[in-house]
Amino acid sequence: MTRLSVIRRNASLVTGLAISSAILFAAIAAPLIATHGVEQMDMRNRFAGPSLAHWLGTDNFGRDLWTRLIFGARVSLSIALIPVFVAATFGTLVGLIAGYFGGWVDLILMRVTDMFLGFPALILMLAIVAVLGPGIVNVSLALVVVFWTEYARVVRSSTLVLREQAYVLAARALGASHFRILFKEILPNAWGPVLVLATLGLGTAILAESALSFLGFGVQPPRPTWGWTLAYGTRYMRSEPWLAIISGLAIMVTVLGFNLLGDGLRDLLDPKGFSRGPDPRHNVKN
Amino acid sequence: MHAYILRRLLLLVPTAAGMVAITFSLLLLIPGDPAAVLLGQEASATDIANLRATLGLDLPWSTQLARYFAALLRGDMGRSLFQNEAVSAIIAARIGATLELAAAALIVSILIGVSLGVLAAMRQGTKVDTGLMLLAQLGVSIPVYWLGILLMLAFSVKLGWLPAIGRGEPLGAAFLAALAGRPAVLADALAHLALPAFALGANSAAIISRLVRTSMIEILQEDFVRTAYAKGLRRSRVMVRHALRNALLPVISVIGLRFGLLLGGAVLTESIFGWPGLGQLTIAAISQRDLPLVQGVTLCFAMMFALVNLVVDLTYSLVDPRVRVA
Repeated sequence: MTRLSVIRRNASLVTGLAISSAILFAAIAAPLIATHGVEQMDMRNRFAGPSLAHWLGTDNFGRDLWTRLIFGARVSLSIALIPVFVAATFGTLVGLIAGYFGGWVDLILMRVTDMFLGFPALILMLAIVAVLGPGIVNVSLALVVVFWTEYARVVRSSTLVLREQAYVLAARALGASHFRILFKEILPNAWGPVLVLATLGLGTAILAESALSFLGFGVQPPRPTWGWTLAYGTRYMRSEPWLAIISGLAIMVTVLGFNLLGDGLRDLLDPKGFSRGPDPRHNVKN
Repeated sequence: MHAYILRRLLLLVPTAAGMVAITFSLLLLIPGDPAAVLLGQEASATDIANLRATLGLDLPWSTQLARYFAALLRGDMGRSLFQNEAVSAIIAARIGATLELAAAALIVSILIGVSLGVLAAMRQGTKVDTGLMLLAQLGVSIPVYWLGILLMLAFSVKLGWLPAIGRGEPLGAAFLAALAGRPAVLADALAHLALPAFALGANSAAIISRLVRTSMIEILQEDFVRTAYAKGLRRSRVMVRHALRNALLPVISVIGLRFGLLLGGAVLTESIFGWPGLGQLTIAAISQRDLPLVQGVTLCFAMMFALVNLVVDLTYSLVDPRVRVA
């Protein structure tokens, strides 16, 4: 079977890729495909249903919901991509070092990882935002603090296996430095599970950010975030359920896209299932 | 076995100490003078000076940490900055509600997750299987709070079947009342619990169903299952006695982690359904930047999580002896 036909047979991968690229496109092209101004209010047209003028209707200030959502995608995606990238890089480094050097280095690094894993993720994020204050930078920081542990654990367990492989032993016998072995021999073979985890992590990050914004501790208005739109929607839910339903749907479809993509990538890149964790308990997916 | 339990208990000590240190260091994260930041702009200089003294902010941080540890060992988590009460008392008054909600959500998620997972595995490759796994994928992707809102819209606002917010009598008391001839109290408590528990448990149910399906499918191909069929056992008996019992092993091991996520999710569920537990308390504490209370609640969540994980690991090692050796 060729690689292409493997990809075609992987329904999760194809669907996930389609959804996430559509959302990425909407976010990048937001100024071009927006039908109104982000802050353009029309108080006579509050809570309007979908129409030709307003594709998805309007919010509590009569602002166009389609426009708000695609600009919100920019905020949500950037607050997912950057922290996930930083957490993945940091966690991978910790995992590589712990798994490769073993001994007390491993013991200490993994104990520290366990301490962070010991907090329910959302609680730790809330606590960090509580002391640092809300806002885009602090929320991103909280996401990094919560997320890096997964990568550390997963990369450590694949490093433990990889460092015993013949080609690594050969490199060592040839006198390669630790640095070279870690980054040229082990890392290229350990990145599959990391990529899978990071893709799934994007979905988790979007959920977490929207939850924080929903509670009022995330990205602050006037930035058009999905969590805030949903929070407003909830406030008017009894009389005008439309706003809450559409904004929640936007979040769910995006998260679904990344989850499907992640599952599909796992089938493709990580048949051994490292990113499921060495033990099912470490499949930290919410 | 005893050695394993002892080792696990001993390992809990450094982890717990680390979690205390992380919780403590939240104070160090506050930019600028924590006392001034916590009390806000209207605070007088005397109030700020008093708070600095209470929190021991003028001491070196190592001394502060030592004092924090010493106080915790005495069960003293400090006093709330805005409610004139000990943090431990405030938490004690609310912890029951959160445990009740999280436990109910866990039961909901296990019941739904296991049944759907078994059903999908038995119908592997059919439309039922595809449909259930799609449902599970949606369950993993749906924001907890949005599901809560939708449920409230449907079952409270539109249909009027279940109460939208609040909590009935605590379940324990409600059971006693039912035994004493007042079943309406229990019915009311359960009616209040239903929506939040389902909203909170749905995500875990989805994950558990995927896990049960995968492990059932693997086990159904094992030799002992074929042997069981060859002995002439009925399908239902093979499924339950032979396959499901083994397929549940990985489920036990994720329960600890799920419980931690349920505790976190409880913050969202509680704030939507007005459930008077630790979650609501956390939100209030954060809004007011009541640091001792934030630290207390955070630590409390972490400790509950650690204890549940310990109990789950020990249970797991009882069920599956291989774990103890590894």
